[in-house]
Amino acid sequence: MPDAAGGETAADAAAGDAVADAAGGGAAGKPAGIDRPGRLARWRRWNRAAPSPVAEEEVPAPNFLRSAAVRFGVIYAALFGISAIALAAFLWWSTAGLLERQTDAAILTDSLGLTERFAEGGPKALVETINDRVLGNVDDDALYLLVDSASQRVAGNLESWPLRMAMDEDWDELRIERAGVASLARIHYFELPGGFRLLIGRDVELRSQLRVMMADAMFWAAVIALILGTIGAWAVRGLFRSTIADVSATAMAVSAGDFTRRVRIAGHEDEFDLLAETINDMLDRISSLMDGVRQVSNAIAHDLRTPITRARTRLEDAAIHATTEAELRAAVDRAMLDLDGVVSVFQALLRIAEIEAGARRSAFAPFDLAPLLTDLAELYDAAAEERGVRFQTSIPATLPSFGDRDMVQQAVANLLDNALKFSPADTTVQLTASLTPGGIAIVVADQGPGIPPEDRNRAAERFFRGESARSTPGSGLGLALVQAVAHLHGGSLNLDDGAPGLHAVLTLAGRIKPEAPRSITIASK
Amino acid sequence: MRILVVEDDKDVASFVVKGLREAGHVVEQTPNGRDGLFMAASESFDAIVLDRMLPGGVDGLRLLETLRAQDNHTPVLFLSAMAQVDDRVRGLKAGGDDYMTKPFAFAELLARVEALTRRGKTDTPTTRLVTADLEMDLLSRTVKRAGQKIDLQPREFRLLEFLMRHAGQVVTRTMLLEGVWDYHFDPQTNVIDVHVSRLRQKVDKPFPIALIHTVRNAGYMLRVEEA
Repeated sequence: MPDAAGGETAADAAAGDAVADAAGGGAAGKPAGIDRPGRLARWRRWNRAAPSPVAEEEVPAPNFLRSAAVRFGVIYAALFGISAIALAAFLWWSTAGLLERQTDAAILTDSLGLTERFAEGGPKALVETINDRVLGNVDDDALYLLVDSASQRVAGNLESWPLRMAMDEDWDELRIERAGVASLARIHYFELPGGFRLLIGRDVELRSQLRVMMADAMFWAAVIALILGTIGAWAVRGLFRSTIADVSATAMAVSAGDFTRRVRIAGHEDEFDLLAETINDMLDRISSLMDGVRQVSNAIAHDLRTPITRARTRLEDAAIHATTEAELRAAVDRAMLDLDGVVSVFQALLRIAEIEAGARRSAFAPFDLAPLLTDLAELYDAAAEERGVRFQTSIPATLPSFGDRDMVQQAVANLLDNALKFSPADTTVQLTASLTPGGIAIVVADQGPGIPPEDRNRAAERFFRGESARSTPGSGLGLALVQAVAHLHGGSLNLDDGAPGLHAVLTLAGRIKPEAPRSITIASK
Repeated sequence: MRILVVEDDKDVASFVVKGLREAGHVVEQTPNGRDGLFMAASESFDAIVLDRMLPGGVDGLRLLETLRAQDNHTPVLFLSAMAQVDDRVRGLKAGGDDYMTKPFAFAELLARVEALTRRGKTDTPTTRLVTADLEMDLLSRTVKRAGQKIDLQPREFRLLEFLMRHAGQVVTRTMLLEGVWDYHFDPQTNVIDVHVSRLRQKVDKPFPIALIHTVRNAGYMLRVEEA
């Protein structure tokens, strides 16, 4: 029977999807699982704390730059190097550069002064001034040379016009020899009227030595910076790895099936702690959902096995022992009833899963709850009367609300079903609805046996049936569905003691804003 | 009535075909969507029972959409294992007249198929419904039996109207819940039975012959002669 099989598979898949969706938004889909071994191996490779014997062979040579830790280290080193270079450049500019600029300024001032002297008093005054300045120069770093048109020395403390001096530039820096001592000079020369040429300079030997010293210092500083940068980068990389090592180790343990592992929180209350807490919260949620799924599958296994066993027993018993057609028919009929029960449990489970998956939110629309409740009250009023139960309602004229009409209808119907089911004759069932600040509260109160306090928290779990409910027909899914509907509508289901009886309060957020425009478009299709 | 069953599951198909034939219908059956579409488009049927998931490249929805695009308005009942609310909505939006989920009770299927064919015939709006000596005036919203006026609550009126519109047909509890109350869930308590028994108190009790009958394992039927 290919179609029935296909159909069931589709239904199963749908249910599975719904469960997966409920269990964390369907994050653990199949596509993510495909790359898992490779990813795990990569983690193991980066994380020395948990070396894997297999991974080393399987994985090709690690691409060094693919490690985020290495990348961070390199970025750190680069930043460190750039700042060191910037600092050195500034130092250079503010020391050696400053000296150089000062020398040039002094030479310029000198030449301006001497040019003026020449203009005022001719060559003679210039010679005097030069001699004065040579004598007045205590540091002995000023250089002067005045030559005539035949390049013969007229005045100054240089013996001759430097041979290597390029004549096509005003400024030059060259080695000179003064009193047998070689030294470096910064020189400015210009021509004066009458064929005279004037050379003004400064001995910059000391400055050049300083520059060499500074260059040396810079070089070594660069070497030290490189070493420090590398060490720093290494440290950053190690820090980074050790910080995420625990996260990766935990994630690996969890993906290997150990759901008790949690990321260690260092207690610095920093971003990594925040991340760790978020991951732990996520793991808590996943494991509670997994517990839920496990509990539901156990319950399904038990609650469906029982009626299936009963049906099977009846059929087998009839097949072996039935002697008349009437007996056989009776057995088949009862087995069919049992199977109908199984089907209804399945339908209720799928409905709950569908609601919990939140897919129905696309069908949310504004509606008036008041007529809906009035209609339900009318439907159940007759049933209550037949059981000798008084049914009272208190419903406002209008109760504007927003949600899935059918779902709310079914939820309230379930509460009323329950109330009537457990109400002895001559008691009262009340259906009350009112607008509250938080939304709408629908109260169904009966005067039946109620739910003992210790069971109240579990009453809305799937398949939970209280002691007093075991003898009555039902699947134990009614309240679970009500709760799912309440959560879908941003509300809750509270079970209180009605003294006597049960006081079930279903709250619905009066108006849930559609989360995204997407849901509106789907709803309006 | 001529009914086409498009269903690929052999067991389900033979069960449905056998049941429908026993109920006096002429039934054609095909396990494949392509053939189903061909038959539905080329021959004239009073109703089609259609599975959603079919082999042959044409699934139930495609089949129906194609059929409706050709302006063919044969009533279609979906019979599918796809039971989610959205599946149902999609099926009805594509032009389906009714939607049943597997597993199903044959009595329910039969009742619904027969209701469908009836629905197809009454295109002109009726203002008066008559079954034996029971008369219903839909304009003045009054009910008389043997010339005697019967007072009914609005909901009781609609319940009786539904039964009278389907007079001579089995009407299941689910059909009543959907048709009269517009509810799409199964109440755990016997609310429908209670409402029908209230209606009986008014319509049948004071008169010698009962019109509303209980059909075992199926539902109710409004009919003239005794069973």
